[in-house]
This record gives sequence, structure tokens and C-alpha cells, in this order.
Amino acid sequence: MSALIEDVKATKQKYDVGSWLIPTISVLAAMFVASILMFAQGLDPILAYKSLFTTAFGSGDGIASTLGKATPLVLSGLAVTLGLRAGLFNIGVQGQLLTGALASAWAGYAITNLPPIIHISVALGFGFFFGGLVGAIAGYLKAFRGVHEVITTIMLNSIVMGIVDYLASHPFKEPDQALTRTPQIIESVRLPVFGPLPSGFAVSLFLAVMMWWVLGYTTTGFRFNSVGRNKFAAWYAGISYKRTIFFAMLFSGGIAGLGGAVETLGITYRFEPAFNLGLGFDGITIALLGRVHPIGIIPGAILIGGMRAGAANMQFDAGVAPELVDLLLAMILLFVTAPLISRFFKNSSNRALTGGWGN
Amino acid sequence: MSSIVKRRGFYYTLAIAISTLYLYLQSSNVTTSVFSIAVTFAMPLALAAMVGIMCERTGIVNIGIEGTLLLSSFVAFYSAIATKSIIIGFCIAMATGVFMSLLLALMSVTWKMDQIIAGTILNILATGLTSFFYIQGTMLPTMFKQKPIPGLSDIPFFGDVLFKHGFLMYLGFVVILTLYFALFHTSWGLRSRAVGEHPSAADTAGVSVSKLRYLNVAIAGAIGGLCGSYLVLELVGSWNRGFTAGKGFTALALMIFGRWNPLGALAAAMFFGLSQAGANQLMINGTVNIPPQFVGILPYVMTIIVLAISAGKVRPPAAEGQPYEKGQN
Repeated sequence: MSALIEDVKATKQKYDVGSWLIPTISVLAAMFVASILMFAQGLDPILAYKSLFTTAFGSGDGIASTLGKATPLVLSGLAVTLGLRAGLFNIGVQGQLLTGALASAWAGYAITNLPPIIHISVALGFGFFFGGLVGAIAGYLKAFRGVHEVITTIMLNSIVMGIVDYLASHPFKEPDQALTRTPQIIESVRLPVFGPLPSGFAVSLFLAVMMWWVLGYTTTGFRFNSVGRNKFAAWYAGISYKRTIFFAMLFSGGIAGLGGAVETLGITYRFEPAFNLGLGFDGITIALLGRVHPIGIIPGAILIGGMRAGAANMQFDAGVAPELVDLLLAMILLFVTAPLISRFFKNSSNRALTGGWGN
Repeated sequence: MSSIVKRRGFYYTLAIAISTLYLYLQSSNVTTSVFSIAVTFAMPLALAAMVGIMCERTGIVNIGIEGTLLLSSFVAFYSAIATKSIIIGFCIAMATGVFMSLLLALMSVTWKMDQIIAGTILNILATGLTSFFYIQGTMLPTMFKQKPIPGLSDIPFFGDVLFKHGFLMYLGFVVILTLYFALFHTSWGLRSRAVGEHPSAADTAGVSVSKLRYLNVAIAGAIGGLCGSYLVLELVGSWNRGFTAGKGFTALALMIFGRWNPLGALAAAMFFGLSQAGANQLMINGTVNIPPQFVGILPYVMTIIVLAISAGKVRPPAAEGQPYEKGQN
């Protein structure tokens, strides 16, 4: 038991926010490689980056839009983080997020007679519940049927995509409208914006702090960390592996669903299947960029939110395709996880975070 | 345990054979065309599953199959356009597949990284590269054309279903059968499986674990290149963003369902292709009125059901997902 506590303590230390240097260098290295690619295409990388970052961080409106984009990213990063802490690789954040987005959009336009505060809570709760439901399916299959979560969550992504597409194009479709989308949510359920700070972002920050506290200082967090660190030792200490796995997937999915709900209630004001693509996969990059730490992911989410917010203007100013951001994210992920950079630092290991199919 | 599974497989085969015969007698043209389409759906899945089997039998988890297929199909398409030759496109796609594989081997064998994250990097990298360099509205000069095999294609039913396809489809069948034979009946296969089950024992017996892992993952990449080429140069003929639509992930499930055996995975892929082609046919006939989205998610729902039934009962290669360190295992 005491060995297990030591083990979990070591995990906590390793995930410390203090190791901010490797992520920073990784981002710069990725930007450098991308600038070579732009140069090879005959484009001006300096102009592109300047346009990207002045749009994202140069004005109050820009910061508001950056934080708005960062909000679902913080939550999807948290969802991935929670999974990884319990030794689960939740690639299904995308699907859970879409489910949550649609559920909250429905709650936002179909329910009309509630006071605003309760209505917002109900809509967010819908997002959490349905996202958690999708996560719980994968959790159940992992814990009780031995099916690896990587496969089930990916399959669930595609299944959810089909189902929400059907729902948004038939039963929940906006009447007399050619596009596949739901009606707009009513005015009073929309999340307010205070100056440059969208209130959804405050919600996501609150959740990040909550998760930091739960993972670091509560018995529940200890269970998650133990199972993720060594499931046999956890079993020996009397922690139910199956229960922990199930609840970790449920909450991971719920947080992802909340991410979708915040996006719907704060930014898009309706559900449209094409709106939220890619958010879930960005969550993986953000979680690893933030060293799998609930607070550590926030700067990464803001950075990537800024890139997403400034991408369209970058195309206008420098002629660089907005998909450059996807490429940047891929390289950031490569640099931050591969020992290309971390080998030059002491005390950095790249221990396996996930297991093979048998685990 | 395995005898039960085997017996069950036998009954499935018998049931499918009888219902096929019944359908064939009812309407031979439709049945033949459904089966023929099913084979074209099944081949890319089967080949992608071979990529997984090659890697996992030597102990490397590869969830980057999707990325390998995506990038190699992309490269096949554009290099075939640039060089005006589908053969060169095919060769460059194979090289791309090997490149992706070597990247995976570098990350998981040499750098001993988390293999699932290494695979995710391949996927995200392929998505990023292909969507950044994608150009809309380009056309392929030509495709691999249907070439019936003389003699064999005259056999009723089987001739139409199996022997009236293009070059890459035949190559695919050859690769799968060769892989099955090589894996279970050659010394290379025995060594590969030993490395996947118990690397330190294989090392003691004089097998270089790292070298064999690199080699097998590289071969897997070439198969991935073949799969990408088949999709774009023989089956579809055009390329768009997200072209492979999760086939690389479905393939992983088929690999597990087929118990890491090339023929098992081929059978699983056929079953999948058949259910998809059958559902399409039912939609065309108007027999059933299901929304197209639900037909689209059918393979994924089936994957989950199939895994929920079979996953607890099958055993993956024992050393899978763990980097090998001399003297530690």
C-alpha cells in the first residue's frame, strides 16, 4: 500500500506544471518546421504568423474570440487528461462532444418556459449527461467486456456522427431550411460575454481547478491515479478496477459533452454537424502539451484557440491555407511526445501512458 | 475454448453458404453483383487488418493504420497525376507507407514511446499534411481496370465474384495468402511471433528483436501503401479530405475478431463487406426504408457488437505495446 502511495506521488510530481519548458520549445520547433514548408510553397511565414497572432491576441475582440475558441478545447483537453490519468486513452472526445452539443441545442430551443439560470444549467446538464452516456458505453465495454477503449471510442465517434446527422436533418431540423441544422437556441439561454471574457471560459477554468483538486487531493482522484499507474497494485489496495474505469470514462465523456454544450450555448447558438469537427482530436494534443495536468492544459488550449481564431485572417493576409493549424498541431504533438527535445532535459521520461489491447 | 469458437465459426460459414445458395437460386444476377461489390468493400479492410497483424504479431501496436492509408492514398493520387502513371503512383504510395511505418518503428522501438500515442501522431500528422496540401478538383488520368482472369472467371458465381477485378485486388489476395503462409509455416514467421509473445526468449535464441520489429513494421507499411493505392487507384478514382473514413480503425477490430490470423481477418472483412453491400442492395430495392445515415453507421455498430462478444475470449500477442529492453523482461 505504501509503495502504491509512493508510486502515485511520483506520478503527481511528473505531471507537474513546472515542466513548461519542453512544451514551449515544442511549439516553437513546430512553428519553425511549418515556416520552412510555407517558404517552400513561396509564401511568407513571418507575415503569416504575424497575421495569425495579431488577429488572435492583438485586440479585445480578438482575445474574446480566442477565449471562445479555447473554451471547448480546455474541456476536451480535460476529458482526455482525466482518461489518461486512469490509464484510458479516450479518442472518443469528438463523438462525446458532438452528442453534448446536440443535446444542449435541443434543450436550448425546445424548452422555452424556464428562468434563464435554470435553463442554462439544464442545457449544460443535458450536454454532460449525453456526453457521459457515450463515454459510459465505452467504459462499460472496457470494464466488463474487455474491449479496448481506443477501438470502441473511435467506432462510437462514427456512430454518433451518423446519429446526430440524422437527428439534425430530420426530427430536430430547423423548419423550411435547406441546411442540416437545428433551430437557434432562445436568447435567454445563451451564455453571456463579459468584456473579452466569455462566461463559458470561466466555467471551463472552474472545471479545470476542480479536476486539479479532485485528482490531487481526494480519494476519488487517488483511485483514478492508482488504476492508471498500476492496476494490479490498485486491486491489491482494494480499489475496484472495473468501477474506476467505468466512472473515469463516464466523467471523461461528460466533460467532453459539456465542452460541446458550452460551444453551442456560447458561440454557435445552434447545432450544425460541421461546426465542431476536430475539437476532440485537438484535445489529445492539448492534454499531452499540458503534460496531462488539468491546469497545465490551459495555456495550450488558449494558444491553439488563438491559432483557430486567427487562421481565417491568416489566409486573407498571407495566402496560407487555414489547415496550416492542423499541420502545426501534428508537429507540436510529435515534438512534445517524442524524445527529440526532452532528451536534453534531466528527469524527463516517456513512460507508457496507455496499454496494449490486453490491458 | 478455441474449439467452441471454431465450431461456431463453422456454423456461421454453413449458414452464410446456405443462404447464399438460396439467394442465388432466387435471383442469380443480384446475388452475384452484391457479392462482387462486397469483395471490393472487404479488400481494403482486409489489407488494413494485415498491416495491424504484421505489426502486432511482433509486438507493436499500430493504431496509425488510418494515417498510413490516408497519406499513402493521397500520395498515390497526386503522384499518379503528376507522373501520368498509375504504376509509379502505386510504387510511391508503397514507399510512403514504408516511411510512415519507419516513423512508427522509430518512435516505438528506438525511442520506446507509448505506442498508442505514436500511432495517434501518425494519424494526426497524416490528417494535417493531407488537408494542408489538398488541391480541389483534380482528376486521375486513368485507373487500374478490371481484368478477368482467363479460365477462372468462367466459373459460375465464384468467377464473377472473385476473378473479375483489377490488378491490385489480385495482388491483395496474393499478399494475404502469402502472409498467412509465411507467418505460420516459415522460420521468419516463427521468429516474428516469438518476438511478439516473449521477446527476451527470442533474444536469447539469437533473434534481434529490434531488427525484426523494424523489418515487419516496414513490410506492414508497404501493405498499407498497397491498400491506399487500391482505394484510390482502383476502387474510387478520386481523393477528398478524410478519404479513408475510419477504415484503418475498423481494420483493428477485424484483426481482433480474426484473432490476429490473416485468414481470420480476411473472413471477418468479407463478413463486413457483405453486410454493407447487402444493406446497400436493400436500400436500392426499397425493401426497407432506413435513413442512409443508419446504413452508414452499420459497420461501426457491428464492430462494437462483434468485439463485445469476442474480445474477452481472444488473447493478443503477449508482448504487445511494451518496448523491449534487454535484461529487463
